[in-house]
Amino acid sequence: MYTEKVMEEITNPQNVGEIADADAVGEVGSPACGDIMRIYLKVEGDRITDARFRTFGCGAAIASSSMATRMIRGMSLAEAWAVSNADVVEALGALPLAKVHCSVLARDAIRAAINDCRTRRGLEPWEVRSSGCDGETGHGPGPENG
Amino acid sequence: MDHAATTFMKPEVLAAMAPYFSRYFGNPSSFYRFARESRKGVEEARGAVGAALGASTDEIFFTAGGSEADNWAIKGVALANRERGDHIITSAIEHHAVLHTCEWLEKQGFSVTYLPVDEFGRVDPGDVEDAITDKTILVSVMMANNEIGTVQPVAEIGKVAHDHGVLFHTDAVQAIGAVPIDVDAMGIDLLSLSGHKFYGPKGTGALYIRRGTRVENLVHGGGQERGRRAGTENVPGIVGLGRAIALATADIEGHNRRIAGMRDRLVRGVLDAIPDARANGHPTERLANNANFSFRYVEGESILLLLDARGICASTGSACSSGSSEPSHVLLAIGLSHEEAHGSLRLTLGDANTEEDVDHLLEVLPDVIGRLRQISPLTPISARMPEAD
Ligand SMILES: Cc1ncc(COP(=O)(O)O)c(C=O)c1O
Ligand code: FES
Repeated sequence: MYTEKVMEEITNPQNVGEIADADAVGEVGSPACGDIMRIYLKVEGDRITDARFRTFGCGAAIASSSMATRMIRGMSLAEAWAVSNADVVEALGALPLAKVHCSVLARDAIRAAINDCRTRRGLEPWEVRSSGCDGETGHGPGPENG
Repeated sequence: MDHAATTFMKPEVLAAMAPYFSRYFGNPSSFYRFARESRKGVEEARGAVGAALGASTDEIFFTAGGSEADNWAIKGVALANRERGDHIITSAIEHHAVLHTCEWLEKQGFSVTYLPVDEFGRVDPGDVEDAITDKTILVSVMMANNEIGTVQPVAEIGKVAHDHGVLFHTDAVQAIGAVPIDVDAMGIDLLSLSGHKFYGPKGTGALYIRRGTRVENLVHGGGQERGRRAGTENVPGIVGLGRAIALATADIEGHNRRIAGMRDRLVRGVLDAIPDARANGHPTERLANNANFSFRYVEGESILLLLDARGICASTGSACSSGSSEPSHVLLAIGLSHEEAHGSLRLTLGDANTEEDVDHLLEVLPDVIGRLRQISPLTPISARMPEAD
C-alpha cells in the first residue's frame, strides 16, 4: 500500500523527539481519526534551526511528520508556512489517496507551531483556514488523550 | 499470523478440485452422462458439509461465500416471515455481512435490536430473552467473533429463541474447525459458513437451512440448489469446500490443543514483555487461534507496517488502516476507548504457524511497540526509552 520510500520514512523516521527549550510547539489532533501530531521548533531570528516531532497515528502520519520536519529545517518562517501538504506528499513520492489527509495534518502542525512562535513574540497569528481529517484544525489535545 | 482474514488452501483441497476444472467440466444440471461426475462432486461435498454440522444433506445450500450466506439467511427469513413479525435481534459485534444487512432491513421497515456484549464480548442469553417480543422473527448471533475470538453461548441462545418460537441464525464463519457443531443440539435453524476460513477456496460458502424453515430466495434464476439458489454451481469450488470442511472437522480437539498451546505462549510472552498492554476477548471462551491486544499510546496501522517490514502479517481494529473514521465496532462494544481500539493488534494462528513463528513474534513485537512509543506524544516519559540524538 505504501511505496518503498514512504516505508523507509516510517521504519526510520527522522527528527523524532522534543526540543526542551523549543521556541514553538504546534499540535493538531483529529478527532475523527484519533491521530495526534506535535511539532517542536527552534527559531533563531526568522530561521527554523531545528524541528522535531511526536506523532500518534498511521504510517502516513509518521512519514509525513518526519518528512515535514526535514523540509522546514533551515527555512524562514514564511517559507515554512508556504509548505503545502502537496509539497510533503511530493517529497515522499506518493501517498495512497485515503492517506492524503495525514499529510494535511503535517502542514497544519507546522502552521500551528509557526503561529505559536508568532504569538509568543507578541505578533498576530497568521490566518488559518485549513482542514484535517474531519475538516477542522484544532490546537488542544487530540480526542482520546487518556 | 492473520489466519482469521483468510487461510492458504491445503494441497489436498487443491488436488481434490483439480479434475473439476477441465476433466469434469460438465454442468451439474445437464442431462447427459458426462455431467454426472460434476453432479457427484457437488453432492459429495454437500454430504461432507452436512456431516460436519450434524445436518442432513438436503439442508445444505451452496453460496458464493460467507457474506452471501449471511445476507440470504437474514433477508430470506425477514421477507418470508413478514406477516408474522418485523423484529430481528442481533448483537453489536456481528460481522458487517450481518450488521449491514440488518441496517438495510431497517430501511425496509424492519426493526432491529442490537444487543450489547459484556467486556469479554459475550452476549447474555437473558438479554436475548428480554428483547424478544411477539413481533420477533429472528435471532442472529455469531458463533465466534472474527476480531476478538469470543465464542458465544450459542446453545443457550438457540434454546431461548426456540422457547419463544423464534428462528435462530448463527454466523459460524470463524467457528468451522474450531468449535464442534451440532445444529440440533445447539438449536440452530440457519448457519453460515465460508470456505476460505478453513483452508478451502475463496468465494465459496454454504447456508444450512433447517428443513421446513421459511426462507425467501435471494438469488433468482435457474433451478439450481433445488430451486433455492440460482446460478450454475461453482463445481471446483464446492468440491474444494467439501474436502476442506472434512479435513478441518476431522480432529477439532487435537487441532485446538496444538494451536492454543502456541497462542497461550504468545499471549503470555507479549504481556510479559510489553507494559501497558491488555489482551482483549474472553479468557477461556475463545477461539484457540485468536489473540487480540491493545497497546496504549500507539496506533494499529503503524504496528502492522513495522511488523510487515519484519515479515509478520497481522491485523488491527484501528480506523487508520481501514480508511473509515471509527475504529472497530467490536472493540468499542467491549468498552475500549478510542485510543485503545486504535492501538489494537489481532494475531490469528493457523496450520502454517510453528513455535518458531511465535519466537519470532516475541522477538520483534516488543521492539516495534517500543519504537512507536518513542515516536508517540501520548507515551508518558516513564514508559519511554532515553532519547537518542
Ligand atoms: C464472522 C464472519 N462472517 C462473514 C464473513 C464473510 O465471509 P466471506 O469473505 O466468505 O464473504 C467473514 C469473513 O471475513 C467473517 O469473519
Ligand atoms: S493518522 Fe489516521 S489515517 Fe493517517
